[in-house]
Amino acid sequence: MSNHWTDVVNADVILTIGGNPAENHPAVFIHVTRAQLQGAKLIHVDPRFTRTSAKADLYAPMRSGTDISFMSGLIKYVLDDIEANPDNYNLTYIQEYTNASFLVNPDFKGPVELDGLFSDYAGSLNEMDNAKRKYNRTQKLDSWQTIPETWGYQTDANGAPKRDKTLQDPNCVFQIMKRQYDKFTPEMVSRVCGTPPDKFLEVARTFTASGKPGKSGTILYAMGTTQHTYGTQNIRSYVMLQMLLGNIGLAGGGINAMRGESNVQGSTDHCLLYHILPGYLPVFQDVDTSLDAYLTRVTPTTNMPNSLNYWSNRPKYVVSLLKAWYGDAATEGNGFGFDFLPKIEAGKNYSWIPLFEAMHSGTIKGCFCWGQNPAVGGPHSTLERRALHELDWLVVSDLWHTETADFWHRPGVDPSAIKTEVFLLPAANSFEKEGSVTNSGRMAQWRYKAADGPAESREDTWMIDRIMRRLKELYDQEGGPSAESITQLTWDFGDPPNPRTMAKEINGYDLTTGKLLDSFGDLKADGSTTSGNWLYCNSYVEPEKEPDAPIPGNRMSRRDRTPGPFEINMHPNWAWVWPLNRRIIYNRASVDLDGVPWDQDRPVIWWRNEEWVGDVPDGAAPPMNQGGYLPFIMKPDGVGLFYGPGLADGPLPWHYEPWESPIDNPVSKQQLDPAFHIFRPAERADRQQFPIVGTTYRVSEHWLGGQMSRNSPWLNQMMPEPFMEMSEELAAEKGIDNGDYAIVSSTRGDVKMKTVVTKRFRPFEVGGQTVHQIGVVWHWGYVGLSTGDSGNILTPHEGDANTTIPEYKAFLCDVRKA
Amino acid sequence: MAKDTDRAILFDSTLCMACRGCQAACKEWNETDEDFLPSDTTMDGSYENPPNTSIHTWLLIEFNEVDDSDSFRWLFNRRSCMHCTNAGCVLVCPTGALFHHDLGFVSYNKDICTGCGYCVSACPFNVPRLSESTANIFRKQDKCTFCTTAGLDRISQGWQPACVKSCPPRALRSGNWADMVAYGKDRVQTLQGQGHGKAHLYGEKELDGLHVLYVLDDAPEVYRLPSNPEIPAVATIDNEILTPVGLGIFVAGAFGLGINYFVARANAVRETEKEKEKEKEKEQ
Repeated sequence: MSNHWTDVVNADVILTIGGNPAENHPAVFIHVTRAQLQGAKLIHVDPRFTRTSAKADLYAPMRSGTDISFMSGLIKYVLDDIEANPDNYNLTYIQEYTNASFLVNPDFKGPVELDGLFSDYAGSLNEMDNAKRKYNRTQKLDSWQTIPETWGYQTDANGAPKRDKTLQDPNCVFQIMKRQYDKFTPEMVSRVCGTPPDKFLEVARTFTASGKPGKSGTILYAMGTTQHTYGTQNIRSYVMLQMLLGNIGLAGGGINAMRGESNVQGSTDHCLLYHILPGYLPVFQDVDTSLDAYLTRVTPTTNMPNSLNYWSNRPKYVVSLLKAWYGDAATEGNGFGFDFLPKIEAGKNYSWIPLFEAMHSGTIKGCFCWGQNPAVGGPHSTLERRALHELDWLVVSDLWHTETADFWHRPGVDPSAIKTEVFLLPAANSFEKEGSVTNSGRMAQWRYKAADGPAESREDTWMIDRIMRRLKELYDQEGGPSAESITQLTWDFGDPPNPRTMAKEINGYDLTTGKLLDSFGDLKADGSTTSGNWLYCNSYVEPEKEPDAPIPGNRMSRRDRTPGPFEINMHPNWAWVWPLNRRIIYNRASVDLDGVPWDQDRPVIWWRNEEWVGDVPDGAAPPMNQGGYLPFIMKPDGVGLFYGPGLADGPLPWHYEPWESPIDNPVSKQQLDPAFHIFRPAERADRQQFPIVGTTYRVSEHWLGGQMSRNSPWLNQMMPEPFMEMSEELAAEKGIDNGDYAIVSSTRGDVKMKTVVTKRFRPFEVGGQTVHQIGVVWHWGYVGLSTGDSGNILTPHEGDANTTIPEYKAFLCDVRKA
Repeated sequence: MAKDTDRAILFDSTLCMACRGCQAACKEWNETDEDFLPSDTTMDGSYENPPNTSIHTWLLIEFNEVDDSDSFRWLFNRRSCMHCTNAGCVLVCPTGALFHHDLGFVSYNKDICTGCGYCVSACPFNVPRLSESTANIFRKQDKCTFCTTAGLDRISQGWQPACVKSCPPRALRSGNWADMVAYGKDRVQTLQGQGHGKAHLYGEKELDGLHVLYVLDDAPEVYRLPSNPEIPAVATIDNEILTPVGLGIFVAGAFGLGINYFVARANAVRETEKEKEKEKEKEQ
């Protein structure tokens, strides 16, 4: 979240799209409720009417996978309305703080001219050859990004992007957007999304009212947004709308991802994903011949005046991370340990889908599976369960037997034919261990151990500590590839490992004084500081700096409810938020060029008497007019990006259909996102055979892969078995009665489930054609007190062009009575 | 009428998101459903499950799909004991197993229930449930006790009922009856100001005041509640006729099982608790 949970109450209007917080984030829905109690309007846009829709002031249906069209409609609505009613929008924000004014190469062509493609595409229209499904990247944007030649900015003599702040130049981003989104009238939105035009207009009027200076609106989204072949562009379309409305950086504004688990944000911060190191530092690649070469590749530069370009500090964070890992062994001579480490293959994708494809083909031989249940939660369950057969060994750490741990004796499988050796390590749950969890709002909260786990269950850190000690012994004795990356690692957290010692290492030390650091501003690239994750520097300081915390020095342990400056529910002394306890990031965008808040009733920061008052500002420099810098400090050019040339599949979002879609793309000839890698072309459904749109989801009563909830009788009683939901119209067509068993099939497999026939699902009228959509829940599997088919047996093994997150949320299927 | 200082629960249907934390918390705290198997319910086409209240399910969240000409709504309601002031069940209970707690709601002493079942037919809300045994002497009624079951009494600890404690959006609140009425009226006024013309408070006048008050967004029937709840005629027959019959069953049962010991013990517990409360009040 750019903002945080207790900030939602500041919003005048809340748009939830691609999410279902009342069901999947119930504990934090109170913040939405509080906002509503104060008069805020809740809008829910979703393919089905959910428990969130039931609480919304306004619900609009939308066919799965058409977010970009819906947003394109809203963007066009604003762009038109800005001309008619300029006073209702914050034009200064758009002119000064975004790249709307940047001039793009006049040779740039967009999807209106090229039938859905942008210029410099390697393949032809509807290209299916993966080698050509990409844009030709030949031009350096900055030191670390290469972009297609025609996508660049026009630059001045100093190399800085040229700007036209009147937004009139035909090549400026603002005008490019106007041309690109011009066709998205309410009628066109309806043709693509199936949303009735009057409903769309009601959403448009209600949400865009937050564009007026003094008003704010927030967008809450989740996996319904991200899990598409163009999920990244879905999010970008939301961001663009929020920037047009001047809502980023404001109290009650922002772009807010609701995380589905209490510590997902923490795991991402600490590099759950393959392409990053802790604190979002790019992972080392085989093209990085030395630390210097790596730092040059990953440290952005800019010619933009007034841009702080905060990532120019990256070398300090990388060297401090390496010093935290390798201590005295990290010297300038070995790139502070950079030389010890194995590197990933440049350009190779190591994300979920390719990992399971590699398991399936026998390339990957072993797997540690911690805190997850891929046999239920992964896409294309049949394939991913089968992939586990090819492993030599599998280690699962969990509280219960899971479908993943027990795959070798699942129904229909002969255990004697499976070679995989499986180890199930009994884990302690979150109440049986001490440590921090970081929630959606970037808030790290310290928690204490409430009880010992049963029997031989152990904390994850204990298991990892034991494994690493043994690995160090083995590498010491036997050597091996990149042996020093293990043998030289500093590893001294006590026995059992102490979470406070780890948290201090994450914060980092000044090696000269031996003291904990106060700020990542103090980190250095010369090896004199350490930090296990620069973003968390400031979370655990010397006791005298934070003496009143329950654990002195540990800011994550703070529990002070004081609302804080300006009474906007920042609660600055409740736990700790990265970075530097900044509650709302990009908060310099909440003030004008003189440092005066756009919204003086709900200011975030305010320049008064030569200093900033309020939230921790994004840097201490004075306002723009007094020599300060642009507000989007993590972007090299300091501005918010309407136009994002760094993306794989286009600098501006454009509507494409899901990998499997019931219709031809109504807006252009290019059917699919042109840049995602196609893994399984043969498994693409034929729309005659599989005419129905399917989507997957969760319910309040069950938890993700089901281990935690399907072993709880009270929860099973409320949601006893998997089910699918469909409209009365589709049920009538198929001869299915409410409560019957039915079978859903896709090219990946069949599931048998109970049906819920309901008015909460309605057929979509899309371009004069009736499109049916059904939904299947996915929590279930073959282990636990309640068993049944997982909806993921149906989902495809295809992913997003930029992140490869699987396309769980839109696929084709058919339904018949069981 | 209910007294201002009585304890009440307020359920705001407009805030309930049907997460059913309350339904699970009720079972967990009151230990009503310890032994059932996962197969005891099936998905029969509605999220509402189990399909009805029972001795194991004192609180059930109901899901109502309402399709009006101009809008579709999914309304959630909390079905459980309403804790009436004029309570049919208390009126007909021959042994005093169902009784008005000092704080106004209808508490229950299971030990002295004879399983006669009068309460079942006397309840205008169809709340009390009997265990399934066919022999009266083994049969017992069960329903919400406002978390005052002996040994599991949250109220005497100064805690909120388990359902209220679990509610994330604070659709459930508890406090003094007068405060809950005032809060409910305030909510109704706000809702009406926001265009919810049918919003109203249910339970202030009904049966001399319910100890579970409802903020509803439509007519009670839409939520499967009676507009004018009345105690069935059978329960208003002179108590002097009914009680001896019920007591007869009780006495027979007591002889048969020698449970009079338990009755005495349970009564003693009740007396001790009452004394404790009085002492507490004195201290305050």
